[in-house]
Amino acid sequence: MNIPAAVTNVRTARALGFIALFLLAGTLLQPLRAQSAPGVYAITNVKIYTLAGPPIEKGVVIIRGGKIAAVGANVEIPEDAQIVQAGGMELYPGLFDPVTQVGLTEVGAVSATVDTNELGSFNPELVAATAVNPASAHIRVTRASGITHVVAVPGIVSFDAQGGGTIAGQASAFHLAGWTIDEMQIRRSIALLINWPSIQTRTFDFSIFDFKEKPYADAKKEYDEAVNELSDLLDRARHYAQAKEKGSPALYERDLKLEALVPVVDGKLPVLVVAGKARDIRSAVEFCAKQSLKMILADGAEAWKVKDLLKEKNIPVILGPSEQLPYEEDDPYDKPMSQAGELNAAGIPIAFSSFGTSFSRRLSQYAGTAVAYGLPHDEALKAVTLNAAKMFGLGDQLGTIEPGKTANLIVTDGDPLELRTHVRMLFINGQLTSTDNRHLDLYNEYRKRPVSAP
Amino acid sequence: MNRAIFAVILLAALGGKPASAQNTNTVFIQGATILTITHGNIEHGSILIQNGKIAAVGADLKVPDGATVIDASGQFVMPGIIDCHSHIAVDGSVNEGAPAVSSMVNIADVLNPEDVNIYRDLAGGVTTANILHGSANPIGGQTVVIKLRWGKPASELPFEGALPGIKFALGENPKHSNFGPPPGIPPRYPATRLGVEEVIRQAFTEAREYKKQWDDFNRRKAAGEQPLIPPRRDEKLEPLVEVLEGKRYVHAHCYRADEILMLLRVAREFGFKVRTFQHVLEGYKIADEIAASGAGGSTFSDWWAYKMEAYDAIPYNAALMAERGVVVSVNSDSAEEARHLNQEAAKSMKFGGLSPNDALKLITLNPAIQLGIDSRAGSIDVGKDADLVIYNHDPLSVYAVVQKTLIDGHVYFDRERDLAQRSEVAKEKQALLDKEKKAAETEKKPEEKPGKKAEPKKKPPKPAGDDAYGITAGAQ
Repeated sequence: MNIPAAVTNVRTARALGFIALFLLAGTLLQPLRAQSAPGVYAITNVKIYTLAGPPIEKGVVIIRGGKIAAVGANVEIPEDAQIVQAGGMELYPGLFDPVTQVGLTEVGAVSATVDTNELGSFNPELVAATAVNPASAHIRVTRASGITHVVAVPGIVSFDAQGGGTIAGQASAFHLAGWTIDEMQIRRSIALLINWPSIQTRTFDFSIFDFKEKPYADAKKEYDEAVNELSDLLDRARHYAQAKEKGSPALYERDLKLEALVPVVDGKLPVLVVAGKARDIRSAVEFCAKQSLKMILADGAEAWKVKDLLKEKNIPVILGPSEQLPYEEDDPYDKPMSQAGELNAAGIPIAFSSFGTSFSRRLSQYAGTAVAYGLPHDEALKAVTLNAAKMFGLGDQLGTIEPGKTANLIVTDGDPLELRTHVRMLFINGQLTSTDNRHLDLYNEYRKRPVSAP
Repeated sequence: MNRAIFAVILLAALGGKPASAQNTNTVFIQGATILTITHGNIEHGSILIQNGKIAAVGADLKVPDGATVIDASGQFVMPGIIDCHSHIAVDGSVNEGAPAVSSMVNIADVLNPEDVNIYRDLAGGVTTANILHGSANPIGGQTVVIKLRWGKPASELPFEGALPGIKFALGENPKHSNFGPPPGIPPRYPATRLGVEEVIRQAFTEAREYKKQWDDFNRRKAAGEQPLIPPRRDEKLEPLVEVLEGKRYVHAHCYRADEILMLLRVAREFGFKVRTFQHVLEGYKIADEIAASGAGGSTFSDWWAYKMEAYDAIPYNAALMAERGVVVSVNSDSAEEARHLNQEAAKSMKFGGLSPNDALKLITLNPAIQLGIDSRAGSIDVGKDADLVIYNHDPLSVYAVVQKTLIDGHVYFDRERDLAQRSEVAKEKQALLDKEKKAAETEKKPEEKPGKKAEPKKKPPKPAGDDAYGITAGAQ
């Protein structure tokens, strides 16, 4: 096993008289390229932002068996622990990007490398995890920015891909390290993705590479049809669930689509409903309330316009990138950046997300920008760690540094929301994990190109 | 709701009166940390502005009588951001995609001063932008440098004296890799990088011949020869002749190293210069060659993998090119990205280790050099235009918010004013909507048909962000 430079076992450390092995700038650590059996680590002399209480100056975190075993200022270091001296560094829970296409999309414009958009409007039986490519370059690039786990969703419109379908499939949560998706997986089915139908009178048509207009009445009719169809499908799923429960399968052949919807209509599986415009958010919230679905709003570009409703119905919001323009010309220019603060102040749970693949590493930038425009810093940190975990029912496993939780941790040289902060070390699922990635490799390779004098 | 009415409200409310609000010719900014870019940072410094120009900069200036004072205590002043790749303020599409050479069209002809993105980008500290044609053609349309003088007519947007440019485009976009022609329209040549080179060589071959005809004509005319018939004017070739004569800058959209080297070869063959390589995501692979050619590189901070030719893009590109001697800028290519170019520049400190001052150069002095306007913009030096942006924090921090943006010494964006006027704007909008609703109701009543409702007017939704293949801007 390849032991990192700053990692040694407790006996060696004692033999050295506890000589501090400080991390060098531009860390020389060579941790594992991928994952092996979970080890025992003691991260020492580090400022710990547990997000479950005040920060601990010069604390210790013990990791064992993939979990956080102990956290505190005075924690005994086990004999078998590899010691990670992180003097001057800061320790945070690993960041969580809760709406991405990481693993599903390699190169946005090359359809052969994109597995986000199946044909058809209603595909509840599809599961993102099926097509997550553990060897994708995006996984290493993304985790180097401090994101240790993500939710990948099928079928969503983003910078990287054009989404399709009203029900695009099931989203999957996984760690950004591991040899196979089975090793990486946190939960195979974490939510059902619904692209809320929007009344679109102007859509972009790729075949002509231009916008196409249609009359409002036609657009409204299409919208009504889509919502009716969705409603109908959920009704059928309820009947299906009832029939299955009461042991009268004769009424129904096994139906994979309806079967996939049963946990949704039972309120066990949340629906991640993508809507941006205020009108669409309102319709979606009312629909989900009527259908008794467990709704998480995703995108929410105009959530600030409907925050009373979101508060009243207790709908958490996973915000899309703050880096977008207001939908309306006369909306305040800074709403995409400032609304996180407003929603938080109104008591609405929020989380940040990238809605993308190559832009996933901008997650902390979105959170930092929200702080600039009024969101308290500690809330912003929770909005990239704990909040989304709670929304998906993973709050007991991830999002803070507390004993018993999965050891997804990052060691940084400063505020993780700042642009110039480096992630010096990553622990994913309790394993020290490499921050090497395609970009660093290319940089190192071409930096060494001999000077060419043409 | 009438778009024109909105535009009027916006112009009135969001800063359409910069000139009248400040009739004095003297403005004094005091108490700020001044990031001059060329001669260090000045703590508790002041800037004296007279007649739109920077008249003095220092730590111990006195407020002149009658000056409009801007107290920037605890704040940071830096040169206005220069965005070397923008498509704002353009009326309609930025692409004339039909011919492979569209040098006859000019973006300057379709400037739209009422594009709200001018205001939004001002609010991000941008004062100057290079407005480019799209990337649908190996040789695209003519380009123009503007100042973001929100509220002024189109005729007052262009940056006085800035050399015009022309957009070239290499790689996937001009060869139509990621989208096809509309149904029923045959594919357009070129479809390969080989063809892209050929189109450019052919065009310059014609341009050379055309120039020769005119040079010949002018020589004979000067010699008094008669009778003389002038050559037929060719609006496609004229801009290319200007390129050959060094009177028009070439801004070449490109991604891969091979196509960049191709254009450098062609430029050598025909004797013209490439002023900037735009995007230039693989510039780091051939930084020495770019530097030796004298071309600048204007790139993204960290975009990658949105198309095949962007798969080797790395966030170290800007720093690595700079390290090898290329004059580098970081651009937006998007009305949204332009709102946080300070953040994008800051990433080059993390990725590649640029110093804070060198990081700021990426969005100030370097793009000014690339656009040939560095005698007037890009740093806080006496004699330069008073194009400045004031932040509440270090602009390289994610927590910095633009407080004021000045162009020619006038405040064109003021965050306080913007915040103060929001309720007023909302009230006025509501009043107009109510009025329109009422009017529609009274109009409807006499001839109302059962079962038929009026179709509410609806503004088309704006796409969430610009897309790499130019879905909105049609450009990247």
